[in-house]
Amino acid sequence: MSLRMPHVRRARLSLLTAGTASLALLTTACGGGDAGSSAAPKEFSYLSVTENTTVKSSLTTLSKGACKSADDALPLKVETVPQASLDQKLQLLAGQDALPVQFAAGNAPALTQQLAKSGKVADLEKELTSLGVLDQLEPAAVSTVKALYGGKVEVLPYEYNIEGIFYNKKLFGENGIAAPGTWDELVAAAAKLDAAHVQPFSASGQQGWPITRLVSAYLYRSLGPDALQKVADGKAKLTDPEYVKAAEEIAALGKKGYFGQGVGSIDYDTAMNQFLNGKAAMFYMGSWALANVSDAEQNKVGAENVGFMPFPAVAGGKGSIDQYPSNVGLGITLGAKSFDKKTGAWVSCIAKNYGSTALKDHGAISGFKVNTAVKDANEVTTQVRDTIGASKQNVLWFEALFSTKATTVSQTNAAGLVTGSTKPEQFMQTVQDALAAQ
Amino acid sequence: MHRVLGDRRAIAILLGPALLVYSLIMLVPMVWSFGYSFTKGNTIDGFTGNGVANFSRLFDDPAVHDALWFTLKYAALVTAGQVVAGYLLALLYVFFLKKSSALIRTLAFFPVVLPTVAVGLLFQKFFQVAPQTGPVNSLLNAFGVDSIDFFGSAGSAFWVLILMDVWRSMGFYAVLLFAGLVDIPDEVLESARLDGASGLRLIRHIVLPLSLPVLMSSLVFSINGTLKVFDSIVALTNGGPGNGTTPLTLYMFQTSFTYSDYGYGSTIALLLTVVCLLVSLVVYRVSRRDLTES
Repeated sequence: MSLRMPHVRRARLSLLTAGTASLALLTTACGGGDAGSSAAPKEFSYLSVTENTTVKSSLTTLSKGACKSADDALPLKVETVPQASLDQKLQLLAGQDALPVQFAAGNAPALTQQLAKSGKVADLEKELTSLGVLDQLEPAAVSTVKALYGGKVEVLPYEYNIEGIFYNKKLFGENGIAAPGTWDELVAAAAKLDAAHVQPFSASGQQGWPITRLVSAYLYRSLGPDALQKVADGKAKLTDPEYVKAAEEIAALGKKGYFGQGVGSIDYDTAMNQFLNGKAAMFYMGSWALANVSDAEQNKVGAENVGFMPFPAVAGGKGSIDQYPSNVGLGITLGAKSFDKKTGAWVSCIAKNYGSTALKDHGAISGFKVNTAVKDANEVTTQVRDTIGASKQNVLWFEALFSTKATTVSQTNAAGLVTGSTKPEQFMQTVQDALAAQ
Repeated sequence: MHRVLGDRRAIAILLGPALLVYSLIMLVPMVWSFGYSFTKGNTIDGFTGNGVANFSRLFDDPAVHDALWFTLKYAALVTAGQVVAGYLLALLYVFFLKKSSALIRTLAFFPVVLPTVAVGLLFQKFFQVAPQTGPVNSLLNAFGVDSIDFFGSAGSAFWVLILMDVWRSMGFYAVLLFAGLVDIPDEVLESARLDGASGLRLIRHIVLPLSLPVLMSSLVFSINGTLKVFDSIVALTNGGPGNGTTPLTLYMFQTSFTYSDYGYGSTIALLLTVVCLLVSLVVYRVSRRDLTES
């Protein structure tokens, strides 16, 4: 017995050591470390989403042209993830202090603000000022970014979009319809088109946001530009009758069948195709759709047959027809720890050159100044660019001030609102509950 | 052998490595996850203690009630469908097709090897209404019935889901139960036939009791698999419309990874574990009764 004791002790000690080592290994693996992130970056790593090809393509063009010297010092390296898994990826990377130098910062502004609060996002207003390129950003884009991100410039305006209704001029003309200026005229136009067996609207219920955008547009026209800020501040609720009214109006369009069959199964590309193939007369969308409108391969109705109008006025409403919902696309920001001199050189070059490159190569409008004149691809692009230039006040979209949970709940329930499986008050209640749970 | 198995050191050496690996990859994460149930926060902001708030939230959360009800409903129906269809197929193989069942067995087993996402997309196309009319709606139209938006309401989407998952896995249960049926000695069946048992009586009094152990194993497999369903629902409906087809697993995933609420997500995972445990215990308790006794 006395001879065996040391073996038992040794075995116990070995087990204990192995267990502790394993746990320590696990803890280290889960907890991450900041050794990698504190070092100067070796690449201009950019985490993007698979769906957005414009930004990565334009950056690649810049890396070979205007920004070659910045790229030589810090080579561009693009990595993409599907947009649906972006938030998870960012959370994991942020938890391990392994965020890339530049990254698409989440599907809702709430996540970017969370990252900023924990010091992981660079203060771009300060950085751009010290680089002397803050004036390369369009003031309207800066104001939109600040409205979204709590008064701070936390993302770069790689896109600058306004939203409105694209319409098929030919179908409107054939049915004797002029671009509607009021909500009642819009509903009457939809009824006329429907009677002529033309689908009035195309929209993606699978994505949901093209439908919730209609709800917020109605809210901004009926209750004024601060309608959703009041909800965010807790001064109003989505379940208040005047808010539910907006959902009722959009649901009524769906009930009349104006979005066509199976809107819940229609994805973004299909909705776009329906409009560009002349199968639907109207398409509520952001100005990023100009790239598709300008592409003759996709646009079978011809760019000359596409018009753009603001969301119409609501009779007696506090909002104005010249207030456009605007956004800067998927926010793209820079990590705080990796922002050094070489990163600064890249950012400086992007600020000076991105605007004209994206417009020239993709017809995409960004929030950067266009320093080299580019001829517009078509009339509707000119019209949208003029509208952006003349726009005095911008508003945000439905979920802009919502939490990630409320955003998801809103977008996944939107199709039900227009198919009739979710009542308008039930829809607003569900989203309000998700807002309250944040 | 007895000396070796009676030696604690030998047991430790033989079992130790497996136990250590099992502990590290199963027990530690489970305990870790249980620990998260008492916290709130995420990987960006860090975690803080939250007491039992997540547990009380679990009882008040209507989304959890909906997800739990959906999970139980789905598990009961798919389990019944999978095992009954599998058993009927197995009976068909053994008593009707006999040695020529190989081709049918292969065909019925084929959906099992297909990737879930592919099956999900196949069924989406099958039942779709727009932008193209799927074969099911085309058939309805041919009979003068208007197209149905199967994925537009939770009710119809649920039945498509049930149909898809039963179709996808009945071949697996058929093979499993077939193995149980071929184990029944021919002499037993022959004597039963001589005693006058045939058709349904033979199945009810002889085949069913003798294949009960494998049937019970199938039930446990099926119910545990269906309670934890995730991929097929994500592929077909992604939990929609709204949260109409969201099971507990998907709600747990959304809570943890989309809404960054890891603590509450872990609490939902714990609820799912308890449900699986309880259901398995009930099935085992029922299966302990020897049906051949009567």
